Formats: sequence, structure tokens, C-alpha cells
Amino acid sequence: MTAATAEYARASGASLKRSRRWALFTSYFFLVLFAIFFLIPPYYMIVTSLKSDAEVAHLASNPWIIANGLTLEQYRLLFRETDFLIYFKNTVIVTLCVVAITMVVSVLAAFSLSRMRFWGSGILATGIFLTYLIPDTLLFIPLFQIVRGLGLLNSYWSMVLVYPTLTVPFCTWIMIGYFQSIPKELDEAALIDGAGHMQMLLKIFIPVALPGIIAATIFAFTVSWAAFVYPIAFLFSADQQVLTVGTVTSLIKADVYKWGMLMAGALVAAAPPLIVYAFLMDYYIAGLTAGATKG
Amino acid sequence: MADVALRNVVKRFDEVEAVRNISLNIPDNEFVVLVGPSGCGKSTTLRMIAGLEEVTEGEILIGGDVVNDVPPKDRDIAMVFQNYALYPHMTVFENMSFGLRLRRTPKAEIRARVEQAAKILDITDLLDRRPKQLSGGQRQRVAMGRAIVRNPKVFLFDEPLSNLDAKLRVQMRTEIKRVHQKVKTTTVYVTHDQVEAMTLADRVVVMNGGRIEQIGRPHELYHRPKTRFVAGFIGSPAMNFLPARLQPNGEALLLRIAPELAFPIPVAHAARYRASVGKDLVFGLRPEHITEPRGEQRDPRCEFSRTVDVIEPMGMETMVFFTVNGTEVCARVEPSAAVAPGQPMRLYANLNHMHLIDPATELVL
Repeated sequence: MTAATAEYARASGASLKRSRRWALFTSYFFLVLFAIFFLIPPYYMIVTSLKSDAEVAHLASNPWIIANGLTLEQYRLLFRETDFLIYFKNTVIVTLCVVAITMVVSVLAAFSLSRMRFWGSGILATGIFLTYLIPDTLLFIPLFQIVRGLGLLNSYWSMVLVYPTLTVPFCTWIMIGYFQSIPKELDEAALIDGAGHMQMLLKIFIPVALPGIIAATIFAFTVSWAAFVYPIAFLFSADQQVLTVGTVTSLIKADVYKWGMLMAGALVAAAPPLIVYAFLMDYYIAGLTAGATKG
Repeated sequence: MADVALRNVVKRFDEVEAVRNISLNIPDNEFVVLVGPSGCGKSTTLRMIAGLEEVTEGEILIGGDVVNDVPPKDRDIAMVFQNYALYPHMTVFENMSFGLRLRRTPKAEIRARVEQAAKILDITDLLDRRPKQLSGGQRQRVAMGRAIVRNPKVFLFDEPLSNLDAKLRVQMRTEIKRVHQKVKTTTVYVTHDQVEAMTLADRVVVMNGGRIEQIGRPHELYHRPKTRFVAGFIGSPAMNFLPARLQPNGEALLLRIAPELAFPIPVAHAARYRASVGKDLVFGLRPEHITEPRGEQRDPRCEFSRTVDVIEPMGMETMVFFTVNGTEVCARVEPSAAVAPGQPMRLYANLNHMHLIDPATELVL
């Protein structure tokens, strides 16, 4: 290497180092910025939920800090004085049922649509996705008629019936994508090994597509946990209400907002999704298919 | 153990005819290789034997029974795929035993059979690993192990070595041959690599355009190809083809290749070719039969000179390329005999190994 080329290499190496440092710096800068931006609302909620009503109402106090002592009063009131626990129980029942129904239906649907060639399978797959594109604000009026016709108005079981119209199409769509990414030779090998379609699904497809199934589960869980339009339209009485609507309707009376309890309720309501995400993310091992075929 | 038979098998995908009326008998224990270029229908044929594709017309028999409507799992076959198709979430042991577990084989027997197969393939140390922790060659062994443990009637291989690097491919080729010598199961093996076909097969089936061109032992295909396609496909480097004409030369025949180049037809061939005098023909000769002048018995009239275009030294031999009438010709000479590109070289065509092809029918005369 001549002196000139050595110098050039050193210079380009140095500039490479510098540009890498810049990339790191800007990435961290924006990451921190967005972390702060997204953590402000939960922080505000925690702080408010730990204040007394008097401090919340005191206009001169700093909303970002707890000045007059930490109290769990809001949580005690929420659990004792309101129907929050009933809403919570209803939401858990609805969500568990919806997730179960969604996963069974969409895994079976995706398996047949991605692997079994039958007349109209292509159109069906697209059709399923199109149904997801119709917003629930349009759907709730005809669905209201259907739910009333079935005698399920003002029953949380109507939610178990209605939410899958949102979750099944999308989850099926996700699963079709995952199943299609599984090499065809894998099912052929299973067929020759002696597996039927059901064994193939249970022993090969579901374990291999686990990341996709988990992604779909998270989606179904989030949709049914956080839905608002359907419960506010179909459920009226407190004993049938779910968290999203129940918390708001029971803690806002005309222009009186019980901010402390609202924040406490929102935080407790947000806890299960957080736990589910944290728990399932550990199992969200992408690239599980690596090694199946030549990589 | 069983024989396999195909009777007038046709496969159509919508309008496209992928396999056109092929018939083939594979006796018990035989190793048959289907070889041909991409799209010749060899994989489709194999997949029909496996039951992964439906047969449009004709019959497939395994062990004397028609299996057209028998699902793959009941055909008692095992298949090794090009991309291995190992179950990624299972260990090697689980991969190999999957078929046995589905058939509810007793646990002790499963263990014994997997361990025996692992021993044959030398993968005993790998039984607890997952496919992604294995190299390409190891994955290929596991895929073979999965086939062996089942102790099937027929082994089917679909280009099993195509994904391996050149060195490993040669190793695994020997391995497959060794395994077949040990287990002696009827085997149908698909490849596009004619060297693989020649080295592995008891009999080779050369396919082209959905049809069988020729069935025969490797030696037979090499020395007595029936069609121009087989003559050109089998052998590497490929056979040289040159337009030619036969001219009468008294009692003997003369093969005219260029205005200035003609060879006498050996007496042994003359009777066979006499009817083709005056017709347009294609002359075929393998590179190893065009050499530097060597041997005591050679006919000096078959020697000629050409200017060398390119030389490719291979170590034990050297490929020499030159043109005759605008067509490139390859010769295979001793490394010591090779000359530099651009130089004239003295060459000898051994016409005892010649082929003449009728360009209208593409058949070897």
C-alpha cells in the first residue's frame, strides 16, 4: 500500500467512524424525545390518580407533582364505591371469549385459504380483508338490528358476537400471510410422514407460525379490550357494561369529572394489556422458521 | 420393498401438458434416476409417484397395486426434498421420528430405529439439535434419516443435492449410494445433473419436454444414445455436433464436414450408414474422442490441423476449443500436448466412437 492510499484509507475510516457516531447520536436523541413524549400521559395519569380530590381540584397546585401527600384513596373509592370491578369482570369474560373464538376461526380459515385450493378461495381471501375495511361506526346500526333481533341487546354476550366481526377478518389476513410463508415442502413432508390436515395444522403450522399467532392474539385482545363504539351503542345497564364505556359513564356525571378515579380506572384498565404484551413479547420469537429449508 | 410401475401416465396443468404419456417399470431394489433439463416433467413424475400431484391419465402402481387414488401417507413411501423440509421447531430426533409417532409406533421401537438410522448416516451426535443449528450437509443427512427410519417401500429423492456446495455434493452422492447399498430400497431419484445420474443410477431415465427420451444403464446411454438430445445431454463436456454429409468413396464412405475436411467412415459403421448417403446429417463426436494424435492403431486420414481458440487446463487433461465451419468444437487432450491459443494444432478424430443423427427425426442412426 502506498502512502497516499494508506492516508486515504485512514481518512475514510475516520469519516466512517464520525458518521456512525452521528447516526447513533441522532437515533438516541429522537428515541429519548419520543420516549418522553409518549410517557407524559401515563405519568400524568399516575400522578393524578395518587392525589386527593382536594389537591386535584386546587387550581393553583402544580399538576405534575404530588404536593399534599400520596394517597390510594382514589383506588379505594374506585373499587368500593363504583361498579368498576363488574366492568372489569365483564371485559375479561368478553375478551377471553373473543380471543378464543377469533383464534379458532381465523387459524382454521387462514389454513384452508392458504393451503387448500378450492373454488373461490382467492376471492374469499380478499373478501375477508375487505370486510375489515368497513369502519365500525358504519356497521353498528345494522348490527344493532341484528343484536336486537337475537334478543341480546344490553347483554355483554352481544359483544362476544360482535367483536369477532372486527377481529376475525384481520387476524385471518395476518395468519394467511404467515401460513403462506411456510414452505410448501413442509406440508408435503408431513403428508408423506402420515399427517392428516388437522395433524398438519396442529403439529406443524401452529408451532411454526407461533409468532404470527401471537401477533394475531395481541390484536384480537387489544380490539376487544379497547372497543368503545359497540358497547356504548348496545349496552345500557351497569351490570352488563365493559371497562371502556363503564369507567367513563359512571365517573363523569354531567359536567362533574372525577379526575382522580378516572385516572385510577384508566390505569387499572391499561394494566392487563401491558402485562399481556410484556408476557407474549418474550415468546414473540421471529424467525422460528429459520433452518426449515435452506436458509 | 416393492416395484414401481408407470403406465401411460399423463399430467396436465390446465392447458399445459407437463408429462406426456410415459411408461416405466422399476423393479424391486433398483435405483432409478430421472434426469433432464428444467421443465422436462421429471419432478412432476416423482410427485405423482409420491401422491403429491394427481395423475391426469394413466396408472401408477406400487408393489403391484394401483395407487392413483391412495393418499401419500398410505403409499408407504418416503421422500427427500431439495430444500430438506425439516420441521424447524423439532429436534433432529423428533424430525426423524415424526412419521413413526404419527403411526403410533411403540416408543422403544422408535428409539431403536432412529438410532440405527442415525448410525448409518453418522448423525448420532446431532439428535438433540434443531435444524437451524445444522450445516447444509447435516440437514441433508437428517432429511435422509427421516426417510430411512420409516423403512418405506420406495425412496423418492427430489434433487436432494442441488442446495449443497460442489464438494459436499460429491460427498453426499457417495453417501446416498452407500446408504442404498445398505438398505436396498427401490429408489427414484430426480436430478438435472447428468453426472449425478450417471454415478448413482442402476438405470437412468432421460426426460425431455414431458417425454422419456431413453431408458438405459449409464454406460449404455453414454455409448449408445438413441436421440440427439440424449447424446448432447449425457456427458460433460457435451458431445460436439457438426453438420455433415456422407459421400460414396468406392466401396467405402466418406464423411464430409467441411470443403477441406472429410474423414473415412470405419468399416464397422459403413453398412449401417450406407442408406443415408447424400442426406443432410449431423455428426456427433465426444470431446474425449478428439485428441492429439495418439495410439498405434490410428488411421492417419483422421488427422487434421486447426488453430486453437481457447485452452482450459483441468489438471489431468486439457480442453482445447477450435472452430470447424463456424461451429465450436471441444477436444480433450493430454496436458503435455496442449498448445497456446492462436497456434495451429494437430488433432485426431477417433471415428470408431462417432454418431450420425438424422436432423429431421433427431434420432441417432
